[in-house]
Amino acid sequence: MLSISNLQAVIGEKQILRGLDLEVKAGEVHAIMGPNGAGKSTLASVLAGREDYEVTGGSVLFDGKDLLDMAPEERAAEGIFLAFQYPVEIPGVSTTNFLKTAMNEIRKYRGEQPLDAVQFLKLMKEKMQLVNIDQSLLSRSLNEGFSGGEKKRNEIFQMAMLEPKLAILDETDSGLDIDALRIVAEGVNKLRSPERATIVVTHYQRLLDYIVPDFVHVLYKGRIVKSGPKELAYELEEKGYDWIKAEVA
Amino acid sequence: MTPTYESYTDFKNQLLTAFREGEERLNGESKTALHQVRRQALTAFDQLGFPTIRHEEWKYSNVNSLIKQRFTIDGTSTLTADELSSLEIPNLEGNVLYFVNGHYQAEMSHIVSPADQVQIGSLADSIKADPDGVGAHFARYADYKDSAFTALNTALATDGVVIRVPANAQVEQPIILRFISDARVNNVASQPRNLILVGKNAEVTVTESFRTLGDNSSFVNIVTEISLDRDARMQYYKVQDETNQAYHIGTTQVHQTDNSHFYAATVTLNGNFVRNNLNIVLNGQYAEAFMYGLYMPNGRQHVDNHTLVDHAMPNSYSNELYKGILDDSGTGVFNGKIFVRPDAQKTNAYQSCKNVVLSPNATMNTKPQLEIYADDVKCSHGTTTGQLNDEALFYMRSRGIPKDEARTLLLYAFAQDVLSQIKIQPIRDYLEGVITAKLTK
Ligand SMILES: Nc1ncnc2c1ncn2[C@@H]1O[C@H](COP(=O)(O)OP(=O)(O)OP(=O)(O)O)[C@@H](O)[C@H]1O
Ligand SMILES: [Mg+2]
Repeated sequence: MLSISNLQAVIGEKQILRGLDLEVKAGEVHAIMGPNGAGKSTLASVLAGREDYEVTGGSVLFDGKDLLDMAPEERAAEGIFLAFQYPVEIPGVSTTNFLKTAMNEIRKYRGEQPLDAVQFLKLMKEKMQLVNIDQSLLSRSLNEGFSGGEKKRNEIFQMAMLEPKLAILDETDSGLDIDALRIVAEGVNKLRSPERATIVVTHYQRLLDYIVPDFVHVLYKGRIVKSGPKELAYELEEKGYDWIKAEVA
Repeated sequence: MTPTYESYTDFKNQLLTAFREGEERLNGESKTALHQVRRQALTAFDQLGFPTIRHEEWKYSNVNSLIKQRFTIDGTSTLTADELSSLEIPNLEGNVLYFVNGHYQAEMSHIVSPADQVQIGSLADSIKADPDGVGAHFARYADYKDSAFTALNTALATDGVVIRVPANAQVEQPIILRFISDARVNNVASQPRNLILVGKNAEVTVTESFRTLGDNSSFVNIVTEISLDRDARMQYYKVQDETNQAYHIGTTQVHQTDNSHFYAATVTLNGNFVRNNLNIVLNGQYAEAFMYGLYMPNGRQHVDNHTLVDHAMPNSYSNELYKGILDDSGTGVFNGKIFVRPDAQKTNAYQSCKNVVLSPNATMNTKPQLEIYADDVKCSHGTTTGQLNDEALFYMRSRGIPKDEARTLLLYAFAQDVLSQIKIQPIRDYLEGVITAKLTK
């Protein structure tokens, strides 16, 4: 589904991704871990199409299509979703209105009819239950004045509504209490299907107890330097990154 | 014969002559106190002359291109009710009054509110019927000694509206004044003058809407005087959607007494050169004034909003929010003055002006001015001018919303703080339509 090879990206003068390779197949869950500043969010942003980053080499294929050629909105319509590490506040636009616009734009891109108000509300209700989010939150300005946890939960709500093929969760677990963590994980697990895939960026093995990954990767200095089964996460939790840094050096 | 513009070499001279010729046509009316005020105003205009950019209040707004033009003053129009329909605001209900090139059009207007709720009449008719009654208020609030344009209007205004709301009346239907400049044949100038008197504990909603027809230049120099008796409440909306050949200079002068509430929203959608003065005197305890503004100059449009709040008595409150969206080579000016007089202890005064600049050639000049002579007051002011938030744009695009849509949605949301103040739904729908069209252009 997603095939990244030798990806290189810079911001300003600074090279951040230095030849990154990653293969994600439909139905899989991949966890990406790694020390602060390694380039995890950069990878997520490059995949979503943030224009601040310049891709200087390598390729990214998504379902066989050149992802790097597409505008962010086209990537979303093709089925990519990024849950932001730091969700952005959108003053004056409610989550409901925002999502309705997003969904209907995506449907338009796919040549589908827009959802009418009744269909949309029905879907909203269903997904609100799934991630246990309150109606009052959804009618407020998107993310404005939301608590850290509310922002993260709202990201998962949006994901549930948009039902992406590939979801990239950038530290969605940080700032969540245990209950919220479980809810978020459930939300992700409910979306798990043979046609979909998930990339989970996290610092904590704890999340992976709930969202059990098929693979764990270590991203360090802009490259995937180690990959392994879910047990690798336990090893990292226990030993930290020094041994990996030593291995790479 | 109305003077035509070919006959004069100088606009000021044309205006002075127009006054004298008009005076000759008057009979007994020239003896009235009201006419004496007009003469004094004319003298003031003659002495002041048109302001130049050396004048502190006109630093960023140059009227040179206005006064170089020639206009037919108070010209007649052939506009028919059918032609007017293109300018109608859909679903609008209430008291709708039309003024074409400054003249009240009784046949096109509808007054629906009963007379025990409100008395609505044209200025021309009101002066004829009761010169002293009008004279008792005319020019009592809007000072013409310092302002050339107010002086000019005071001297030359022949028509407009007089609205009187008796004590305790709730005017259920809004009053919508539609000022149409018919510039299809030649350049036209008009000087509407409105007087709105709201009695004790009465409530009314008044909208002034401005449109231009045709491609010639138009010039509206309007003065509206508003007086709120104690406990009175008024919603006042000024909506401008004129052409790129339209000049608009307007002063709204509000006088408030004890515990009166005034809500203003000034929305400037289009116009070549727009100057709005909104002056409020809070001359009563617990008087409250709310001022909202939205302007969105693009192309070469220029929109200047000057506001003045004069806190003259203790315990008064004012709150002001102006928002601008500037594109292309559009220019904007916001000048917000707050006076707190020595007696006006426990004043609360808040002012904020926020702008989004979409093009490197657009400019916004902001100037908050606070003059505080009392010590126990709460005042704040802030202005921001920035670009559209890139982070927000990317966030929206990453959810599938195309860039242009995302931009429109953000700007539209930005404008909503002001638009949501307008409580007449058909007017809000109309504004939202024009704004969406302008943002997606
Ligand atoms: N706009 C920028 N200008 C310069 N450097 C930047 C910019 N954005 C990110 N970087 C740098 O890129 C590197 C990678 O950042 P990134 O956010 O991808 O790290 P991360 O792996 O997600 O870290 P964390 O675990 O802390 O979230 C960091 O050194 C960061 O300082
Ligand atoms: Mg990160």
